[in-house]
Amino acid sequence: MPITLEKIPGQEERVILSMGPQHPSTHGVLRLVLELEGETVVRALYDIGYLHTGFEKSFESKTYTQGIPLTDRMDYLSPLSNNLGFCLAVEKLLDIEIPPRAQWIRVLLTELTRIQSHLVWLGTHAIDLGAMSVLLYCFREREDILHIFELVSGQRMMTSYFRIGGLALEPPLGWLKRVEKFVKAFPGHLEEYENLLTKNPIWLRRTVGIGMLTADEAIAWGLSGPSLRGSGVDWDIRKKQPYSSYDKFDFEVPTRPEGDVYARYLVRLEEMRQSLRIVQQAMEGLPEGGIKANAPHIVLPDRESMKTSIEALIYHFKIVTEGFHPPIGEVYQAIESPRGELGFYMVSDGSPKPFRCHVRAPSFANLQALPKMIEGRLIADVVACIGTIDIVLGEVDR
Amino acid sequence: MPSDLESNLALKKLREFAPESVESAREFRGELTIYIQPDRLIRVCEFLRDEPGLTFKYLTDITALDLYPNEPRFEVVYHLLSLQNVERLRLKVRSSGENPRVDSLVPVYPSANAFEREVFDLFGIQFAGHPYLRRILLPENWEGHPLRKDYPTEGYR
Repeated sequence: MPITLEKIPGQEERVILSMGPQHPSTHGVLRLVLELEGETVVRALYDIGYLHTGFEKSFESKTYTQGIPLTDRMDYLSPLSNNLGFCLAVEKLLDIEIPPRAQWIRVLLTELTRIQSHLVWLGTHAIDLGAMSVLLYCFREREDILHIFELVSGQRMMTSYFRIGGLALEPPLGWLKRVEKFVKAFPGHLEEYENLLTKNPIWLRRTVGIGMLTADEAIAWGLSGPSLRGSGVDWDIRKKQPYSSYDKFDFEVPTRPEGDVYARYLVRLEEMRQSLRIVQQAMEGLPEGGIKANAPHIVLPDRESMKTSIEALIYHFKIVTEGFHPPIGEVYQAIESPRGELGFYMVSDGSPKPFRCHVRAPSFANLQALPKMIEGRLIADVVACIGTIDIVLGEVDR
Repeated sequence: MPSDLESNLALKKLREFAPESVESAREFRGELTIYIQPDRLIRVCEFLRDEPGLTFKYLTDITALDLYPNEPRFEVVYHLLSLQNVERLRLKVRSSGENPRVDSLVPVYPSANAFEREVFDLFGIQFAGHPYLRRILLPENWEGHPLRKDYPTEGYR
């Protein structure tokens, strides 16, 4: 029996409505159970798990390196952020140093991921609320970024490009030209979206004052990312607990005090601008040097040295057939993914496979605030509230 | 990250507040883990949340470890965060394999609701006092708890 709401005695005329899992504006397979008084939502429940694939169990039967492709498939709109979180957690466990060039490229690509993910959010959020054309524009620009990903990693979406100890391979010559072209063109596009939405009276009527959350509520409910900053909490892990050299970049963390759908919209738009600044800095200051850590027992040797050095060949054989043995211990590594705090809790028992790898998924936590946001509001606002917390069901269900 | 085991403020204050509630503490890669007496968990969390110098108001995550076949079999893991002090803290509570049961943190942190349901669903650990302890990811009629170590990766056949 799927989850449902029981009718309250004396309130039998209220309708219990099941919204989803097959519903275009639930952004995947989210099911909501709503109790309605006319068009007003009185109570709400969410039902998830339709995409549960047991990633956390699968991690335990794969070596650390084999775990990376699984992370792509969790938050499928920002695969590189997931790759980064996973790799950083394992690297923290191993305590190895990543060369600056690899860190810079990681930053550049994860910021492009953020823009790309926010574009999908903006397009789908707008189409949910009736602004059709924004989606088409957003997906046009998103395609440019996906082309860059394809150029670098060979894949548009399931990139698996970051590896434990660095990157999979050196990006091809001329890839920065593509990035530069995008960086030049994108501010104009952002203006296009803003012209369509920011002062649009219909947009304002649908978003201002809807889905209110105060700062205290947002903290108590464990919200993170733009949803938290839209409630006026200045918290961004890139600034507060910098990882992967984020402390060497100059950017601002936008916050808005209002805590409604519109505030979160403004925060995300500004975040795209700031991400663009980071991309530009990373592109201009990209250091020369290697892209893999100096840890031969962890990082695969390059092809050339395998043919000339017996040690490299042995290491290659050991890593591929067996994997590497991290020290016994546990770490928690959080990064600021486009959706909020993405944390990997990694426990090692000294074997080449993780004893436990738990993912703190931002969408899973953010979704908890949804019933709070929609109770007492109209059905039409439910759609706005689902859009504004920007969930990816692949990550909610894992 | 600051936390030399002895100089850590949270640990020091916690030992002053309720010395019997701290079982042990250890540090790895600059991360502090404190084992808490199971029946003191709620009081400890309230203290950590409300004490002015600590302000661990944000519950990041709850998960569990299955140490099968060792006893006590389960460890429930809590990750707390102080936005003010920019500090993270990991609490752990042990629970036996026979009838695993831990107090629910929902009265202290509302966000514990879904996290505890997930742990209940995948590990079969009961949370006493949880308002709505039902499976969250798996169907209601699912057999077993997949993240337990004695549950085969490919499932029961």
